[in-house]
Order: sequence, then C-alpha cells, then structure tokens
Amino acid sequence: MSAAGGGTGKRIVQALLVPVAVLALWEGLSRAGFINPLILPSPTKVALRWWSYLSPQKPFDAAEGPYLTWLVSGELLHDAAASLFRVFAGFLIGGSLGLGLGLLMGVSSTVYRLMNPLVQILRPIPPIAYIPLAILWFGLGNPPAFFLISLGAFFPILLNTIAGVRNVDAIYVRAARNLGAGGLVMFRRVILPAAAPHILTGVRVGYGVAFIVVIVAEMIAVNSGLGYRILEAREFFWPDKIIAGMITIGVIGLGIDTALNKFSNHLLRWHRSLESS
Amino acid sequence: MSAPASPQILAEGVDKTFRSPDGQEVVALRGIQLAVTPGEFVCLLGPSGCGKSTLLNAIAGFSLPTAGTLLANGRPVTEPGPDRAMVFQEYALFPWMTIAKNIAFGLEIKGESRETIDRKVAELLKLLSLAEFANRFPKDLSGGMRQRVAIARVLALDAPILLMDEPFGALDALTRRNLQDEVLRIWTEFKTTILFVTHGIEESIYLADRIVVMTYRPGTVKTVVPVTLPRPRDTASPEFNALKRHLTGLVMEEQRRHEEDEIRRH
Repeated sequence: MSAAGGGTGKRIVQALLVPVAVLALWEGLSRAGFINPLILPSPTKVALRWWSYLSPQKPFDAAEGPYLTWLVSGELLHDAAASLFRVFAGFLIGGSLGLGLGLLMGVSSTVYRLMNPLVQILRPIPPIAYIPLAILWFGLGNPPAFFLISLGAFFPILLNTIAGVRNVDAIYVRAARNLGAGGLVMFRRVILPAAAPHILTGVRVGYGVAFIVVIVAEMIAVNSGLGYRILEAREFFWPDKIIAGMITIGVIGLGIDTALNKFSNHLLRWHRSLESS
Repeated sequence: MSAPASPQILAEGVDKTFRSPDGQEVVALRGIQLAVTPGEFVCLLGPSGCGKSTLLNAIAGFSLPTAGTLLANGRPVTEPGPDRAMVFQEYALFPWMTIAKNIAFGLEIKGESRETIDRKVAELLKLLSLAEFANRFPKDLSGGMRQRVAIARVLALDAPILLMDEPFGALDALTRRNLQDEVLRIWTEFKTTILFVTHGIEESIYLADRIVVMTYRPGTVKTVVPVTLPRPRDTASPEFNALKRHLTGLVMEEQRRHEEDEIRRH
C-alpha cells in the first residue's frame, strides 16, 4: 500500500479536487465582477458557449434531411472533423515517408551515410518555419496544411525508426540467422518487431507534433477547423468561444493520445518494460 | 573391419586473429585440431579469453576462421545454418513471439506445412515440460524456462549438430543441474552431436564424453580428457572428484596466465 493509495473513490476525489477548486474560484471571481468578461468569461459562459457551438445552428426541419444529419450539423463537429481529417491525412503522408526512409536508413549504412547529413540539417527547423514556403508553394487551403502536418510527423517517426532498426540487438539477428532466416523473413519477423518499440514512440511523438501543426496551419492557410475557429472568434471578440474551442482541442488531443497509447501497449504486450503496467 | 566414422565436426589448423579496439592483433585461436564424431558429447573447457566461444562461433558460421579447414556435417563452414543449431547463454528468444511461435519459427522458415509445425511444436512443448506456457511471452518465464524454450527451438530443426555456448551460465545451481539432465536425456534420445562450451569444470565432467581443455591466448587445445564414467554420473564419487582435481589443475594454469596478462595490460 502506497501512501497515496486508497480506494478508487478517494482517488477520483483527489484527481478532481484542484480542477474543481480552480473552476469555482474562477466562477466566483467572475460573478463578483473582479474579472473583465471580455478578457476572461466565466466557466458557465464558456460551457454554454461550448454547448451552442456543439448544437445544430438551425432548428430541426424534416424537409432538409434526416434527424441524424441535423444532429451532427453543429459547427464544432464540422470543425473537429476538418481538423482530424487534416491530421490523419498529413500524418499518413509524413508518417509513411518517415517510416519508409527510416527503415531504409536503418537497414543500409550506405543509405544512412548518404541521407543522414541532409536529415541532420533539416531536422532542427521547426515545421512552423515552413509556413511561408508552404503558402508560396501550395497556396491556400488543404495542400499547405497537409505539407506542414506531414513535415511535423515525418521527423520524429524517421529518427525513431532509424534508431529502432540500428539498435536491434545483434543476438536476435544471430539467432534468426542460425535458424535459417535471411532477407525478407529477417526483416519482417525480426528487425521490424524488434524496432517496434522505438517506431511506436516515434508515432506518438509525431502525432503530437502533427496535432500542434494542424492548429497553427488552420490559423493561417484555411478557413475551417478548430484552429481557424478560435482565431475567428478572436476577431469577433468572443473569448468564451476561444476557450470553448481550446477545450475541444485539448479533449480531442487527449482522446487520440489515449487511443494511441492503448494501441501501442497492445502491440508491445510482449515488451519487458510494460511488465508492471 | 569398420572404418572410423567420418567426423561430424572437423577442425584442422584453425586460426582466428582479429584486431582489438586499440589496434593490436589478437590471436584468439591457433592451430586448432579437433574431430568430433557423430553422436559425441564434447565440452570445450577453459577460462574466459581462451577462445572457446570463438571456436563455437566459427563452427556456427558467425565468424569464420582466418586460416585452416573447418568442416561441419562434411561440408566447409561458410555461413550460419540450421544444420548447426545454437543455444546461446542469453537465450536469444524473440520476445515478440509467444513460446509456441519461437519454437515454430525455424520450421516456418523451412517451409513445413502447418500440420507438421503444429504437431512438432506440441511434441517439443511436451518434451520440455513447457505445454502450459505455449501462448505466453518470454518475459513471463524464468531463466531456466527460457533456456528450455531455446533448446526446444533448436530441437525443432532436427539439426545433426547442437552448439551450446555456456547455456546454463546465468542459471542458479539447481536449475542448472535440472537442465543438464534434460540435455543428457535429449542427447540420448536424439543422438545429436553436441559441442558444449563451459567454464564449469564439474559441468563438463557431468556431461561430456570428452573434455577439450583450451589454453589462454592464443587459444589452442591444451589437452583432451576423455570421461568414461557411466551415466548418470555421481558428482560425489571418488572417480568424479579425481577427475575434477586433475582438470582444475589444468584450467587453473590457464586462469593464472589470464590474470597475469590482465595485470600486465593495466
């Protein structure tokens, strides 16, 4: 029994204590008039705004389509879908390129020596710094966003894949050769799974960067998505909507990260470091 | 009139030199002469640095000799292969495969049919008392159990030669004895040729038909000691202990040379 132990109920109470206190303080100060609502609206105002952001904009009309379509016609859901689509598309492009090149660079020291200098030069440039070029090359709309997001996902996945493949314990390769493995079998059944812990770390980091970049890209190059919406809300002086959008971004980010974590723990259920978790 | 059986493993004038990280040339093996007959259990015994693992790795095809002839199963050794199955001290199980998958891996590479693989894996799981671990991952098993899996994995290959590189070095004494008996049982049943590297004097007497004592750098064959005691061998018997005393003397000579060399280099 650890000192911080106790029942599930006690732990939930502990987890909620500080957030609830902050919200209560914030609400109290807002109602007492200590905070200018144009700078920081009260939590209840934010919550109401979030609800109306989520809800359909027009009353239900059977002539315009089925109920379900109406139910998901809210602005928030459209924005979230647009952002998620960009993250997935960009992540898919950048991730597959990073994985492919990473595997090549990991397996072949010739490819590694040829490509590594370029990778090292480009790696420290934050994806955000590519925004001007992205607009110059791809104009506005989804293409520059895809470019920036894939760039964000590319490097973490590339570098972790290289490290994963190059650090495969030689004993596995020897054992596999002894059992008669070579070529594709060696790659698919030994190198790839042995590098999987590193690769999956790259996937999680890459997704995290992609999610940051999508918000920034939406503030600049497109006119939909969560990033666009919170910038638009600023122009209308709607701080409640800004915060509602930010909370949505946080919840989606947490949701995807949790799902990725679950997925990666499942794939790595054989892995030693997960023994106690 | 029976001609002597051609050796399963034959080393003639095998040298192995390599360059150490500080640029010096190290002669790991020099002029190794060794013939292992089919079905024989031979132990390579010596202190660390005597080249016993180097010789085993050369036979396995991981690191070829720089001079001399090395034949296994009548063919020159050029690369690793499943005809010389190796059991490593570090087990070297694939942690991402279940126990059953680890054992099946070599058979899958061979292209055996699903039924054959399933049948053989089930047999080996039973033979090594691993049946209840079939669907577990190596991380769930103790060292002794992992080494049983490694043995099952190489037995699946039906290799005529089993190479064992200090396989029980990391195990506690009781587990080790248990696995030694297991290996002897398997050896009797499968009639495999076994070349077993160890620095355990008692282990080598307990297991081997012949013990090849090696010298410290350069690694040469110091002497070959046959063990004719009937099996199962009684480690407490006077004959066993006489042999142990004799071998300890031989090995300790080399151990002293090893230590003097270490002191000189520091």
